[in-house]
Amino acid sequence: MCLAIPMTITKIDGNYAIAMANGVETQVNFAMMPDIKINDKVLVHAGFIIEKLDEEQAREIEETWAEYYAILEKEEVKPA
Amino acid sequence: MDRELVKKLADVLKNRKLPEEVRIMEVCGTHTAEFFRTGVKDLFPENLILIDGPGCPVCVTPNSYLDLVIEIAKKYNAILATFGDMIKVPSSYSSLAKEKADGMDIRIVYSPLDALRMAEENPDREIIFLSVGFETTAPAEAIIIMEAEKKGLTNFSILSCNKLTPPAVDALLSADEVRIDGFIIPGHVSTITGREPWNFIADKYGKPGVISGFEAHDLITGVLALLDLLEKREAVVTNEYKTAVREKGNPNALKIIDTVFEICPAEWRGLGEIPGSGLRIRDEYSRFDAKKKFPATPPPVKEHAGCRCGDLLRGIITPPECPLFDKVCSPENAVGPCMVSSEGPCSAYYKYWRR
Repeated sequence: MCLAIPMTITKIDGNYAIAMANGVETQVNFAMMPDIKINDKVLVHAGFIIEKLDEEQAREIEETWAEYYAILEKEEVKPA
Repeated sequence: MDRELVKKLADVLKNRKLPEEVRIMEVCGTHTAEFFRTGVKDLFPENLILIDGPGCPVCVTPNSYLDLVIEIAKKYNAILATFGDMIKVPSSYSSLAKEKADGMDIRIVYSPLDALRMAEENPDREIIFLSVGFETTAPAEAIIIMEAEKKGLTNFSILSCNKLTPPAVDALLSADEVRIDGFIIPGHVSTITGREPWNFIADKYGKPGVISGFEAHDLITGVLALLDLLEKREAVVTNEYKTAVREKGNPNALKIIDTVFEICPAEWRGLGEIPGSGLRIRDEYSRFDAKKKFPATPPPVKEHAGCRCGDLLRGIITPPECPLFDKVCSPENAVGPCMVSSEGPCSAYYKYWRR
């Protein structure tokens, strides 16, 4: 029940916004995240935006794990 | 995350050598289902054990809640609006599915907003929303109450069974019935709460925890990060889901919860009453509280003979260890809620583990 879907804001209209994922648009409430803008990537749970997704963080995390793997490979901890 | 990197990290997990058995708990029901669905559980080294925790809201809802729901709907001829997962959960003597077949007006909604709309469209009927969920869902449920007040709706109320997850994990660790070495902490609960409410796992019990997302790469990196902490004997709670979890959570959402709800004790299936683990509607909003609006006395609670959902939710057994699993208890004919909910451990084992 704690499932949340990453979506992109396409329209803001009064108290509601339109968000899209995989070509499907839906109306979402943004009372928990009032400073959204068009094209923001957000996390939607049961029709409510619960957070903005931080893409910069996503890139940093990926880099960190790439480094982690590189170290393992260097140390030959990684099995063949 | 880059596909090739995910494949490499999957190999790292698969080939990870653990000197002794490691037992980790995934608290969240969505994690339970995703560990199976993504196949990440199949990557686990032999001596890495995943214990399912009390994080499926439907599963931990006690029979007494559904008994009350059914009693109220019968007595006051109200329309019940509910998330779909609740519909087949057995109550002491019935279920919403059985009651619906017998004519009770029960409607499945995707969002609490749908229930609010229903109240606007049916001004001559009482609409009761079954408010079952954790911190992720609680702000949404608080918002619809605030909206109902703004719109002046008098035919809308909710029956709160909202729960808070950290006190349940605290109760589990304090009971000390089962060995748990570390935790995969719910991602979307933490989106609302932030990391801080989970620090007690390290500070009070000396165990590590990792907040994790739900995609395959999130699960793999979450488990690898947890194994690293265990290996280094570092008792800290870290956040591997920084794309969606801020240190202090979502302050707006927390304020919204606090405006409408106050913390109270709550009854959990398997864990009993846990202090500070529930949310009840504040007095200022009591006209939207179905429990106060519609007094009712349900029949005495009856537990289902042989059902071990309670033991399962405390991590004492795995689904196949329940004598009813895949015999008299299946998704088509569920004895306990853990087989009904799509996030219930029994449902996940039934769908993915039987081969």
